[in-house]
Amino acid sequence: MYSKKALQHFKKPKNFGIIKNADGIGRAGNPVCGDVMEVYIKVNKGKIKDCKFKTFGCVAAIAASDVLCELCKGKTIKQAKKITAKQISDYLGKLPTIKLHCSVLGRETLKKAIEDYEKKKD
Amino acid sequence: MKVYLDNGATTKMDDAVLKAMQPYFTEKYGNASSLHSKGQEAKMALEESREIIAKKLNARPDEIIFTSGGTESDNLAIKGIAYSKGKGHIITSKIEHPAVLKTCEELQKQNFEITYLNVDSEGFISLQDLENSIKENTILISIIHANNEIGTIQDIQKIGEICKKHNIPFHTDAVQSFCKEDINVKKTNIDLISISSHKIHGPKGIGALYVKKGNKLKKLIDGGKHEYNLRAGTENVSGAVGFAKAVKISNNKDTKHMENLRDYFIKEILKIEKVKLNGPKDKRLCNNINLAFAYIEGEAIGAYLDAKGICSSTGSACSSKELKTSHVLQAINLSPEYLNGSLRLTISKFTTKQEIDYVFQELPKIVHKLRKISPLGD
Repeated sequence: MYSKKALQHFKKPKNFGIIKNADGIGRAGNPVCGDVMEVYIKVNKGKIKDCKFKTFGCVAAIAASDVLCELCKGKTIKQAKKITAKQISDYLGKLPTIKLHCSVLGRETLKKAIEDYEKKKD
Repeated sequence: MKVYLDNGATTKMDDAVLKAMQPYFTEKYGNASSLHSKGQEAKMALEESREIIAKKLNARPDEIIFTSGGTESDNLAIKGIAYSKGKGHIITSKIEHPAVLKTCEELQKQNFEITYLNVDSEGFISLQDLENSIKENTILISIIHANNEIGTIQDIQKIGEICKKHNIPFHTDAVQSFCKEDINVKKTNIDLISISSHKIHGPKGIGALYVKKGNKLKKLIDGGKHEYNLRAGTENVSGAVGFAKAVKISNNKDTKHMENLRDYFIKEILKIEKVKLNGPKDKRLCNNINLAFAYIEGEAIGAYLDAKGICSSTGSACSSKELKTSHVLQAINLSPEYLNGSLRLTISKFTTKQEIDYVFQELPKIVHKLRKISPLGD
């Protein structure tokens, strides 16, 4: 049901953990529904230097979180805002339809982290 | 190491079962309804199998109806009674197998009235609730014997007494408990019992429904007058032979073996922090272990276990096709932090202590890793 790529990111996530003194933190999801995601970003000169996650959830949720971090690292805030759920899913070799919401959750959490960053900056 | 701990889903066929079945594919392949010798040879095997299964329940052979499995047996029992009465009220519980729950929901659409009994935190129905729910038009009470997810064994003796007192047919889904718990229809008042072969090291595709004499069912599959005119279709002779063989070789020693491994496992695993046993400690199916791990998700635990060669199952929302947490775990009111962290391990007579020890070696590491990834908890 899961692609090799998704299982790889699930089994050996590279980006889990927290960033102390993160510039932006986002949290989305609900334990009752089965997934909660947290994304931490470190921003330098308008670019995302580092991104880490903490996720409660299934294979897809953990894999999507890890990939989300990969995708946004090195991007400008403007570019990161454009990351779509489809990009996350495609990167994972297409998530099963029923699991697509995990990639949506990833995008939502990143959006919240960026909002948090922009609010703090102002 | 490969460890199969999903015997609640299905079991490995016993070699003796396979051997017993083999002649019925290529040598004794007759149609049990044919009058010639090849047919009669098959008929004899079918009837001997029926006798063995009947004996296990202390029933009469003509009270055993072969079906395609547990789900069909549940459908035949519940719809069979409902359609023969035409209307009325059915009492069941909130922790039934989908084969019972969905059947009742379907009947509800057809204007039958259904009461779904609540259960307590260990999964037991209240006998008082049951008795209070009985109405003048109650036509059937269907309560699962041993729950497939959390292993709770209901008191079918007492439920049977209540049903008898009110003169209402009693159906129980005994798919998980058959050959693990004693069921004696002479001692316990039960009208209908669903049983299945592949849960006890027999072949898939065959099960049976015990129908006590005197109960009138409407048949669901029309055709010939097979199975005492309750289930049309050419008899699955090889399946019946395999089912009967599986019943015949089941024994108390195997049950005890499973019980010992279960208790050993539960005692050890509860040493991990923030782990709960779902279902009761006593009155629990001999092969069922169901745990809830706080702050981590069941499908993820299962996927890591699978990567280590261990097969398990979960009732978490993410793992289901409807993205809903198992109705059983909801019914026992598991708190939110535990609700999606369930893991079911079901052992069999083939499970060894060495395999269980291997799980002990791997599972705590997995729990630790997932908790490190999780944002919940401390």
